[in-house]
Amino acid sequence: MNEPDILGASLARSGISRRSFLKFCTAMASLMALPPSAAYAMADALKRAQRQSVIWLSFQECTGCVESLTRSFDPTLEQLIFEMISLDYQETLQAASGEAAESARKQAMKASYGKYLLIVDGSIPTKDGGVYSTVAGVSNHDLLVEAAKGAAAIVAVGTCSSFGGIPHANPNPTGAVSVSDIIKDKPIMNVPGCPPIPSVIAGVLAYFITYGKLPELDNLNRPKVFFADTIHDRCYRRPFYDQGKFAKTFDDEGARNGWCLYELGCKGPTTYNACATIKWNGGVSFPIESGHGCLGCSEPNFWDKGSFYKPLPVPLADNTPIITAAALGGIAVGTAAAVISRKHQTSISEEK
Amino acid sequence: MSGLDNIGTKVVNPLPSPPEDGLSGNADAILHEIVALLEAYTATGQTGAIDLHSLPLTLDDYELLRITLADGEVHAHIDAIGNSEVRETLYPGVWWVTYYNAEGDIVADLIEVTAVPEILKAPADDVREGLAHLRELLKQEQP
Repeated sequence: MNEPDILGASLARSGISRRSFLKFCTAMASLMALPPSAAYAMADALKRAQRQSVIWLSFQECTGCVESLTRSFDPTLEQLIFEMISLDYQETLQAASGEAAESARKQAMKASYGKYLLIVDGSIPTKDGGVYSTVAGVSNHDLLVEAAKGAAAIVAVGTCSSFGGIPHANPNPTGAVSVSDIIKDKPIMNVPGCPPIPSVIAGVLAYFITYGKLPELDNLNRPKVFFADTIHDRCYRRPFYDQGKFAKTFDDEGARNGWCLYELGCKGPTTYNACATIKWNGGVSFPIESGHGCLGCSEPNFWDKGSFYKPLPVPLADNTPIITAAALGGIAVGTAAAVISRKHQTSISEEK
Repeated sequence: MSGLDNIGTKVVNPLPSPPEDGLSGNADAILHEIVALLEAYTATGQTGAIDLHSLPLTLDDYELLRITLADGEVHAHIDAIGNSEVRETLYPGVWWVTYYNAEGDIVADLIEVTAVPEILKAPADDVREGLAHLRELLKQEQP
């Protein structure tokens, strides 16, 4: 066990063929809209990579984010993500408890100091000395500050650790804040969502292990590969919006015909996430496809933005080229999306 | 029998009606891109690939690609974490590679322009490990 834990060797030990691995990398590259050639580079880099040490801290959270990842769409692909990382501490998944668990965390932090990836779900209470959430007598705040010191990067999984989320909602009795409110000197990536899409979590982990850095981030530190477009931009009901066809109640003719849910309070136009393209439950559907407007769960303060059923103020800002193109008609939408998608691929290939 | 059968239901198709011929124009764009990739491959040996998931394609777009590219001489099936289908098209060197997960959903759909897609080749490390296993087996069988 003294040999470095090389990923290729550990995959072989688990009986995972290199073809399976290449297939996994191709699927991940496709998911992240990387150019297809990136899959080979990814497979090659990952094979040689050491298994990435990951320490996962859970603070004020409901465990929905962990559920999302561990009940992900495809048991075999999910298994591969766990093959790629060495999950050294995760309260829900680890067998150890008490002193043994805490000493495992400290040992992992020491062994991979400066190199481990710190994943955080849940917000951090700061009121009254942080007494509202503690682990082994240590406040979440102190745990985070200690674990952040030796982290190569931090991934805030879920809206709570990204932006404060539901614990942060008015009146915020625990003084809950996000990871980036506390940690200022480390690269932090936010993967918001309540919960985030499992393959998005898997995808960004694969990216970090392959390239040794976080993917390109937007102004809220979200990975652009998944958060570049709004739900509205990519919604299959978008043509109805353009035609001015809106459901006025949840059981009127418009609702039955699948018209746009904008007037029923859908937050799709102001919500950046990949639900409309990747979808949920193995691509079965996403909330709008099931007849309910988007709640905007991946945006900051989504819980305090007024009613989920109150329409967004008009007019909508023309915040992306797709919206402008959409005014020209359905075909233009497709073409613009294709052009943007290609530009995106080109910029990623140039970045490498 | 429950009383549910008495409740009237109406099946609707919420998908917006596609353009007249159901084509977005992207299938045509892909076919031209394949020509460009083939030109590059024949001139310099540079292989290429197109991720079909990166473009919005209608069902009719897919159909147009299927009909135009058609099946060629090779059809391979790979069984590794779910199925994979590798088909050479009517145009030698143009491969349609589709990866499925264990549940049968498509996880990647690619057009590759190359002599043999990478996924078909036996990886050198796997070959070495296979050799070691076979040697081990023969050693055990010796009296």
